[in-house]
Amino acid sequence: MRSLFRFHGGVKPATNKAASTSEPIVKAPLPPRLVVPLHQSIGGTPHPLVRAGQRVLKGELIGAADGNVSSAVHAPTSGLVTAVEPALMAHPSGLTMLSVIIEPDGEDRWAELDRLNYKSTPPDELRDFVRDAGIVGLGGAVFPTHLKMNPGREGRTRTLVLNGAECEPFITCDDMLMRERAAGIVKGTAILRHLLQADEVLIGIEDNKPEAVAAMQTAVRAEGESMEVVAIPTRYPAGGAKQLIRVLTGIEVPHGRRSTDFGVQCFNVGTAYAVFEALTCGHPLISRIVTVAGNVDRPRNYEVLIGTPMSDVVRLSGQRTDTTRYLMGGPMMGMRMPGFDVPVVKATNCILVASDALFPPPPPEQACIRCGECARACPADLQPFELYWFSRAKNFGKAQEYNLFDCIECGCCAYVCPSHIPLVDYYRFSKSEIWARERDKSASDQARERFEFRNFRQEREKEEKAAKLAAKAAETRAKLATEPAVDGAAATPAADAAEDPKKALIAAALARAQAQRAAAQPKNTDNLSAETQAEIEQIEARRRTTGNAPASGPAPAGTGASAPDTQP
Amino acid sequence: MLSALLVMTGIAIVLGAALGYAAIRFKVEGDPLVEKIDAILPQTQCGQCGYPGCKPYAEAIAQGAAEINQCPPGGEEGIRKLADLLGREFKPLSEEHGVEKPKAVAVIDEQTCIGCTLCIQACPVDAIVGAAKQMHTVIDKLCTGCELCVAPCPVDCITMTPIPETVENWKWKYPVVELRRVA
Ligand code: SF4
Ligand code: SF4
Ligand code: SF4
Ligand code: SF4
Repeated sequence: MRSLFRFHGGVKPATNKAASTSEPIVKAPLPPRLVVPLHQSIGGTPHPLVRAGQRVLKGELIGAADGNVSSAVHAPTSGLVTAVEPALMAHPSGLTMLSVIIEPDGEDRWAELDRLNYKSTPPDELRDFVRDAGIVGLGGAVFPTHLKMNPGREGRTRTLVLNGAECEPFITCDDMLMRERAAGIVKGTAILRHLLQADEVLIGIEDNKPEAVAAMQTAVRAEGESMEVVAIPTRYPAGGAKQLIRVLTGIEVPHGRRSTDFGVQCFNVGTAYAVFEALTCGHPLISRIVTVAGNVDRPRNYEVLIGTPMSDVVRLSGQRTDTTRYLMGGPMMGMRMPGFDVPVVKATNCILVASDALFPPPPPEQACIRCGECARACPADLQPFELYWFSRAKNFGKAQEYNLFDCIECGCCAYVCPSHIPLVDYYRFSKSEIWARERDKSASDQARERFEFRNFRQEREKEEKAAKLAAKAAETRAKLATEPAVDGAAATPAADAAEDPKKALIAAALARAQAQRAAAQPKNTDNLSAETQAEIEQIEARRRTTGNAPASGPAPAGTGASAPDTQP
Repeated sequence: MLSALLVMTGIAIVLGAALGYAAIRFKVEGDPLVEKIDAILPQTQCGQCGYPGCKPYAEAIAQGAAEINQCPPGGEEGIRKLADLLGREFKPLSEEHGVEKPKAVAVIDEQTCIGCTLCIQACPVDAIVGAAKQMHTVIDKLCTGCELCVAPCPVDCITMTPIPETVENWKWKYPVVELRRVA
C-alpha cells in the first residue's frame, strides 16, 4: 500500500454524486442543429475551413489549428454547413464567437479516418496528430494536450499522474467513463506514457468511487500494464493538479513553479480516453461525456456531440420548471451560462441546472473580519484575504506578489468565508485586468520597436539617397577622367570638374545628351560603297549646277561622338 | 570595369559608414528616467501631446519641458502613473491635447482605396501594407489607433473602428453584490 500525503486546506462539501451514477452513459440523440465554436481550447482561434452550403462528413476537419498553441475542430456529424457566423458562446461573458453551424443529415457518415500506430510513429508526428485530432484537457481547462505530451529536457518523466479524482460535487462524468470504458483509458494512458517516457504511472481516484477504482484495476491487469490505481481520500479539491500530485507523490510544487519542473505530468482520464480514440480508432474529439445534474428529474451522464445546445441535453433529463440558469461545471467552480441553448463545448464536463430553491443566492457581502478561515481552507496555500484586499483596491502588482496566479479558483475560500465575500470573483477580476495590462504592454512594446525602426529606416533612406548621389558624381568624374582624349573640348570641363563637381555633372550630362543626339542622327551616308559614293557625288554636282545646293554638305561621318560647337 | 568596381566599393563604404553612424546615433541613450517615462506612455505615437512620438514627449517630461497630462491615449491611468513615478501632482488630462477615447484600429475600405500610398507614409508603426495603385490594408494587430492615416487619405476611405469585445479580451467585471446572485 502506497503511503499518501495531505494537501493543505480543502473542504468537504456534500458530494451529490449518487443520483447521476445510477444509470449508464447514454448517447444523446442527434440535435436538429449543431453550433460548433471554432475556439475551444487555450491558444489561437482555428481558421474555418468550410463555407456555408458545404457538405461535411462526421469527423471532417472544419477548423485548422492556428499555430502550435491551438487545437483543431471537427464536424461532429455529417450534414450541411448552413452558416459560419458568430454565435452565443458557452462563456460567462455572454459574447459571441465564430462558429460553424451544421444541420445534420441524419446519416452520421464518417469521413475517411486516419489511424496511427503510436509505437512506430516518431513523437513529433504523434504530437501533430493529437493536435489535429483536436484533443484538449477534458478536465475543464482545455489546454491543448499535444503541448503536454513532451518528456521535457531530460527526455524522461518521473511520474505520469492520471487524474480520476473528480472532486467537485455533482459531477460524475469521469466516474462513469472509468466504470464503463476503463480499457480505453488504460490504453490511452499507455500511449501517453510512451510519449512521456514515464517511469511510473499513478492513477488517482477519490475513494468515494469504489466502482471506478475496481474497474480501472481490472483494466490495468487485463492490459498487462504496470500502472498503479490509487484510491485517495475524498476531499475537495483533490482533483486540482498540484493537489493530486501532492497527495500521490508528496511533491509540493512551490508557488510560481510547474509540476513538470519536478518530473511529474498530469492528465485527466477523459483526455487519456480521447487520445486512445484518436490514435486507435481515428476518431477526432467530436463528443464528450457530460453530466446533467441539479434541478432535473433524472440526473444522468450523456455522450454528447460537441455543438449540441445545452437545453437539448437537459431536456432528456427532465428539466424542472423553476429552472433559472445553467452552470457549466460544478457548484464550486462552475460558470453561469448566458443562455439555455449555448452549445456543449470540449470544456463542458457538467451542465448543472440551477434554481433559486436549489442554489439560493448568497447573503449579502459583509466586511472581511480577517478571521483567517479562508487561508486555512486554501489548497494552494495562499492568503485569500490579502488577495481580496489587493484586488478590491485594484492593487494588482501586490496581488501578483502574493501569488494570485497560483490561485486555482477552487472556491474553498469563498465557501468558508463567514462574511460571504465572493472572493473568487475578485480574483477573476484581478487576473483578467492583469492579463489585459500585459496584452497592452506587449502591444506598446511592439509599437515602440516598430516606431523606432521606422525612424531608423527613414534616416537610413535619407543617407542612402545622399550616398547614391555622391557615388554618381564620383562615377561621372571617373568616367570623364578616363576618356579625356576623345575630344580636346571635353577635356576642359573634365579638368574643371575636379574643382566643381556640380559643373562636371552638368557638363557630363550635356556631353551624354549630345552624344545621344548625334547617335540618333540619320546615318545613311555612313559606310557607303565606292559606287554609291560616286553616285552621290554626281548628284551633288548636278545640284550645284542647278543652283539649289544645300548650304553645307552632310556632316563628315565618323565624328559624331563629339560636338564641340555647343560647348558653353 | 575599373570604374564599376570603384563605384561599387564607394557605395559599399558609404553605406557601411551610414549604417554604422545610424547605429551609434540611434542607440538608445539609456537615460533611465526617460526610459521609465517612455515605458508608461502608450506608444500610440499619435503626436497629440505635441511631440513627434512618445519618446520625444518622454524626453520633454524628463527635462521638465512638458506637463504630464498631455497624452490622451494614456488617459487618466497614464497620468496617475506618471505622477507616481515623478512625484508630481496628478492633473486631469489637458483638454487642448484631446480626449481619452476607447481604443480603435484603422480600417481601410478596400473598395474605395486608390492605392495612393499616402497612408503608408503617415503610419508611424508601418501597420499598413500595400503598393502603389494596389489596394492597401491595415494589419490590425500592429495598428496603434493613432489616427494619423485618416487625414492624408484623399478619398476618405479610412475609418477608425473601436476594438470589439471578444471572448479572448473580455474582462471579469469588478464584483458587485448583484453579480454574486449569478452563481
Ligand atoms: S474568511 Fe472571509 S472574513 Fe475571514 S479572513 Fe477570509 S475573507 Fe476575511
Ligand atoms: S479560490 Fe484561490 S485563494 Fe481561494 S481557496 Fe481556492 S486557490 Fe485559494
Ligand atoms: S499623445 Fe500620442 S505620441 Fe504623445 S505620448 Fe501619448 S500616445 Fe505618445
Ligand atoms: S494604421 Fe493608421 S491609425 Fe493605425 S497606427 Fe497606422 S497610421 Fe495609426
